[in-house]
Amino acid sequence: MNQAYEISHLLSGVMLVTSFALLYQQRIAAVLNAFAAQSIVLALAVAWAAWSSNRPDLFITALIAFTLKGIVIPVALRRTVTRLGIHREVEKVVGVGAALLVGLALTGLAQALVVKVASGTASHAREELALALAIILLGFLMMIVRRNAVTQVVGFMSMENGLILAATGARGMPLVVEVSVAFSVLIALFVFAVFVFRIRERFDTVDIEALDRMRGDRR
Amino acid sequence: MPELSALGAALGALAAAAVFATLARGAALALVYPLCAMAALVLGAVDLRVLLTGTELTQQLPIGLPTIGFHLRLDPLSAFFGIVINGGILAASVYGMGFDRAKELTRRVEPLFPLFAAAMNLVLLADDAYAFLFSWELMSLASWALVVVRHTDPESRRAAHLYLVMAAIGTAALLFAFGGLAGPAGGYAFDTMRGHPPQPMVAALVLAAALIGCGSKGGLVPLHAWLPLAHPAAPSHVSALMSGVMTKVAIYGFVRIAFDLLGPPAWWWALPPIILGALTAVLGLLYAVLDRDLKRVLAYSTIENVGVIFVALGLALAFRANGQHDAAAVAMAAALLHALNHSWFKSLLFLGAGAVLHATGRRDFDGLGGLIHRMPRTAAFFLVGALAASALPPLNGFVSEWLLFQAVIAAPALPQAALHFASPAIGAMLALAAALAAACFVRVYGTAFLGRPRSAEAGQAHDAPIAQQIAMGGLAFLCILGGLLGSVLATALAPVLGDLVGGGLPRAGSGPTVFSLVAFDPARSIYDAPVIALFVAIASLTTLVVVHRLSARRTRRGPAWDCGFPDPSPATQYTASSFAQPLRRVYGAAAFAAQETVVMPPPGDIQPARFSVVLVDHVWRALYAAPGRAVLGLSERLNALQFLSIRRYLVLMFAALVILLAIAAVTT
Repeated sequence: MNQAYEISHLLSGVMLVTSFALLYQQRIAAVLNAFAAQSIVLALAVAWAAWSSNRPDLFITALIAFTLKGIVIPVALRRTVTRLGIHREVEKVVGVGAALLVGLALTGLAQALVVKVASGTASHAREELALALAIILLGFLMMIVRRNAVTQVVGFMSMENGLILAATGARGMPLVVEVSVAFSVLIALFVFAVFVFRIRERFDTVDIEALDRMRGDRR
Repeated sequence: MPELSALGAALGALAAAAVFATLARGAALALVYPLCAMAALVLGAVDLRVLLTGTELTQQLPIGLPTIGFHLRLDPLSAFFGIVINGGILAASVYGMGFDRAKELTRRVEPLFPLFAAAMNLVLLADDAYAFLFSWELMSLASWALVVVRHTDPESRRAAHLYLVMAAIGTAALLFAFGGLAGPAGGYAFDTMRGHPPQPMVAALVLAAALIGCGSKGGLVPLHAWLPLAHPAAPSHVSALMSGVMTKVAIYGFVRIAFDLLGPPAWWWALPPIILGALTAVLGLLYAVLDRDLKRVLAYSTIENVGVIFVALGLALAFRANGQHDAAAVAMAAALLHALNHSWFKSLLFLGAGAVLHATGRRDFDGLGGLIHRMPRTAAFFLVGALAASALPPLNGFVSEWLLFQAVIAAPALPQAALHFASPAIGAMLALAAALAAACFVRVYGTAFLGRPRSAEAGQAHDAPIAQQIAMGGLAFLCILGGLLGSVLATALAPVLGDLVGGGLPRAGSGPTVFSLVAFDPARSIYDAPVIALFVAIASLTTLVVVHRLSARRTRRGPAWDCGFPDPSPATQYTASSFAQPLRRVYGAAAFAAQETVVMPPPGDIQPARFSVVLVDHVWRALYAAPGRAVLGLSERLNALQFLSIRRYLVLMFAALVILLAIAAVTT
């Protein structure tokens, strides 16, 4: 039994590491690879939870995560990037070092918060929750430290990975809810994609700051 | 019950009149005011019956919010205020029949007038918080729409805007008051509230909220700023309703909450209404004495009277908290009777001002004058109203002021130091207000009706149509009758006083004559209006006869006296501003930082001399203009937040999330 938790912790930890990797990747292709890796590790973690705690419905979640987020979305995004011709380095708002330091602080915050808030629950569930929260916060951080629309999409998807991990650990989320979350994320992804193409058509770039210049923003 | 169906029929008639007036065109509109008058008569009759017999009418309608419903109840208190209100509506409707439909903006007024009348009646009937607030808001909106009838006039729009803002603040305060009364269990019916009085701290907050909510509608300083702008901006018969009647609905709201729903009072509840009321009384008249617009002066005088009523209500609270029920009854009777009397004379004065405005097209004192010859009947009725408003015996204004002063004189018997030391100061302020009121109305009457016309329009004025004369005459008659029969009115109040303060006035007939009004006991305080009236009549008639008999020459008419030097130009007459000058010199510097400047050209220069007065409204500057500027400045700064980039919004959200999480991590 103890071993089961060790392994699920290992997988969650790997996901957190990939989240940090997402933060410091310079090129879009590398960002997409890191995201695909995170999604596959998520699928493994969910599958492990399904096998170890004997909940077969979680296998479906794992399958969805693997095919949709591990393969389909990264491949689709990669094709988009190729079509848009943006293999170049991604513009960042803050430097890699600063982003990683903030990420570390957020991980610490997640840990501290979960220790305080969920003090009544078992320690392994707490650890799991802390890791998931850290992944969510890092996904959000990624959305705001990059200027590129595609990387914002990736940050958003990474947040969703954290959510699913938390749901698996919490043993509470029924499949219906999970499927609906997955679908809403998918729809959000479509919206993002449409916007990316629109932006590209109009402004010949996917740098979102171009929108502000268009609007005559005061900065 | 027949009363209940009569009530429903009359309210239905008002609603039907409103709908009819929206659809009808042309001559058919002439039916609206008679219908309103009939409805007001029926409503007033039902109210009178309930007040005299003491039977309560209750009804629950299956409309409104699902769990609350719509409770209606007519108890003696509502019935008394119902008489106040429907009297005003009747007079205003009769006055409205005299309008020249071709010339005036009646098509915009007529659909709203019955709605306004019905809404005021509904406020009195409401027996749960939802019904009360709904009717209250309906009343506010209907009157707002009536204020903005002349929307092409920027002054009118500004007044209406200010009124709308203040009405919204007032209703929000009342919402809090009823929330506090309902308590955590959420019993919104008044019956439930009565059964569960709130905790002392909550009760204090409810009282404060009620004072803000009802005070802003009634014009209590410092929430009065909208009133002198909005009341005069409406058509004159609506001004009469707003000033004479709607302020009484505000008083009713305060009485209902503070005396009925809030449970047994603490003595210090009395302080805010007494202090604010006294301040309102004096300040209202200081504004009135200095203002140069006929209708605005009347509106300021309304503020004063509302202040007087609030002082009386505060005293009643203080007496009741100390178990002095009979003294509380005297103060309460003063408040209620003053509400009734004020509704009569203020409606009369506003209708008179309307007749003047209609005849001359002007309401500034610098354009009026000499109207006593051109509109003799209006002048006579206005004189009665002005005398009543100055609280001169034997008119009705004196009865309630007399009762109030009896209560003030009894106040030193209260055990609390704050109250018995304050009572002489309150008495002095009320006396000052009474004196200022007399000065104010001498000035109004003197400049508008006496002397020579100051403008061509005033010179060609004509008397009001017969319907309007009937409305004014009826009210003038009531002012005289109410003065003579004050004791009868006070006796009729007995069930209301018993319900509210648990005491009563000495029973009728304990004084020397049947019409003696006795406040505490016949040995101490009696007001015998008919005797005084008789004395005044005999004295003046004797003087008249003696002077006529002894004078050498027949009556002759000469030019209006102008300090002995009748100058050809009427501009040389004593003006409203001249009349106000002594009072401005005495009080203006302290109250309004008044500055007078006279620019006198040197000898030989043919330029005219110039005189100008600058007044500063401290209340407006501190409580309205300054917060307004602060809000504008703040929104100007926050405006930048509307033009951030998507990423910056995400940063803001993320920062908020992280900060909240950090707080949760630290505190739990």
